[in-house]
Amino acid sequence: MNWTKKDLLSIRELSKEEILLILDTAESFKDISRRDVKKVPTLRGKTVITLFYEPSTRTRTSFEIAAKRLSADTINISSSTSSYVKGETLKDTAKNLESMRPDVIVIRHSMPGAPHMLAKILDFSVVNGGDGAHEHPTQALLDLFTIREKKGKIDGLKVVIIGDIAHSRVARSNIFTLRNFNTEIVCAGPPTMIPPYLEDLGVKTEFDINRAIKNADVIMMLRIQKERGGVSFIPSIKEYSNLYCLKPEHVKKAKKDVIIMHPGPMNRGVEISDEVADGPYSVILDQVENGVAVRMAILYLLVGGEA
Amino acid sequence: MEKKILQLLDRKALGRTIARITHEIIERNKGCEDLCLIGVRTRGVNLGNRIKAKIKEIEGIDLPLGILDITMYRDDLFKLKVPGVKKTDIPFDVNNRTIILIDDVMHTGRTARAAIDGIMDFGRPKKIQLAVLVDRGERELPIHPDYAGIRYTANPEEEVLVKLKEVDGKDEVVVVKAK
Repeated sequence: MNWTKKDLLSIRELSKEEILLILDTAESFKDISRRDVKKVPTLRGKTVITLFYEPSTRTRTSFEIAAKRLSADTINISSSTSSYVKGETLKDTAKNLESMRPDVIVIRHSMPGAPHMLAKILDFSVVNGGDGAHEHPTQALLDLFTIREKKGKIDGLKVVIIGDIAHSRVARSNIFTLRNFNTEIVCAGPPTMIPPYLEDLGVKTEFDINRAIKNADVIMMLRIQKERGGVSFIPSIKEYSNLYCLKPEHVKKAKKDVIIMHPGPMNRGVEISDEVADGPYSVILDQVENGVAVRMAILYLLVGGEA
Repeated sequence: MEKKILQLLDRKALGRTIARITHEIIERNKGCEDLCLIGVRTRGVNLGNRIKAKIKEIEGIDLPLGILDITMYRDDLFKLKVPGVKKTDIPFDVNNRTIILIDDVMHTGRTARAAIDGIMDFGRPKKIQLAVLVDRGERELPIHPDYAGIRYTANPEEEVLVKLKEVDGKDEVVVVKAK
């Protein structure tokens, strides 16, 4: 299996083989972060730009560390300190950056499809670091990597995603990855946050968190997407947390070896309790560690190979 | 189907050659208490396993064997289709140790250069010695093996293949027409 794509824009355009190639490649890169010398010369002389029009801690840092551990040079641009505030369009910003000859641009934008638009007009690789409520492919890949690592398999698992499904790019990308495998996917949340198209994707829906969690192998918790108006879909945060905040008594209904995931940032006490977030089933910080390895693999596959 | 030009070593001769390399390693290092073995993927690892077994047979010492994948250190990464990366596994501290680096065929010296850089990222070994089964010449870098099983000056139209039972089903070293 050879990697041939110029860009990584969405999970939906990836084949199962491509997904597994990224995961297998990431296995080899994971060890580097645990060495004394956390650097290999693989992408020496290459330049990676992160262009973030939305706030981010994990994704941006993770990409930057991934690039640096491969010896690439990194430049970070956030919208608040860029010419965006002076009225420059995304296209102009991108074309100007292209003139400085980078090799990869990682973009996060509130507008779905922004990375796809850039990929069409730019010669170098574009990576989607999250586009509105559309997709967040690298998050889904690191989630799948974590599931495979902790469970030793993907097929046959019951994965439950709980929260603001309608506004979550993480939920969408995860559904698109898991659909490639023989998994049972259940989405749960208040009816206003469960989009109607889920059943067409082969996803079961539940409004009752207890029923959803029964016999789950994996539980993914999502926060309410306040920046996408998530709060207006529920009567109050308090009522939401009464019904949907994951607490230890819920976890008991899942399989004994269940893993609890969260893409971050967590809103403790809203969608996840302290006991669960910091408890023995939580793999939330493993997700963050694996994120670096998965992003190293993605940068390697996109930039490596013949020019 | 590859076109075989010549067989350099058959199964028996290959066994003898490995035995001789092993003896040379022990002799030159005046024993092997301090040694560590590192095989370069893929066949360097199989050869490493054989040398390790031979040393145990002769000296009664079980040396550690590390596995090195040099893909991340290649200097031609951007001239190839994206090569698959496999795991490197060096389960011992390389600091102040004498490393025997093992590969099947030595040609340009670029693999050895990448391998040495790869090992250096794990620490500062006291010494690195290079053992190869076949030295086919045509060096592009000033690196030479400390132990060479056989030397065969191949021309550019030829490819030297080491075949090992574990990977290829049989033991032999052959010269074939390059693709």
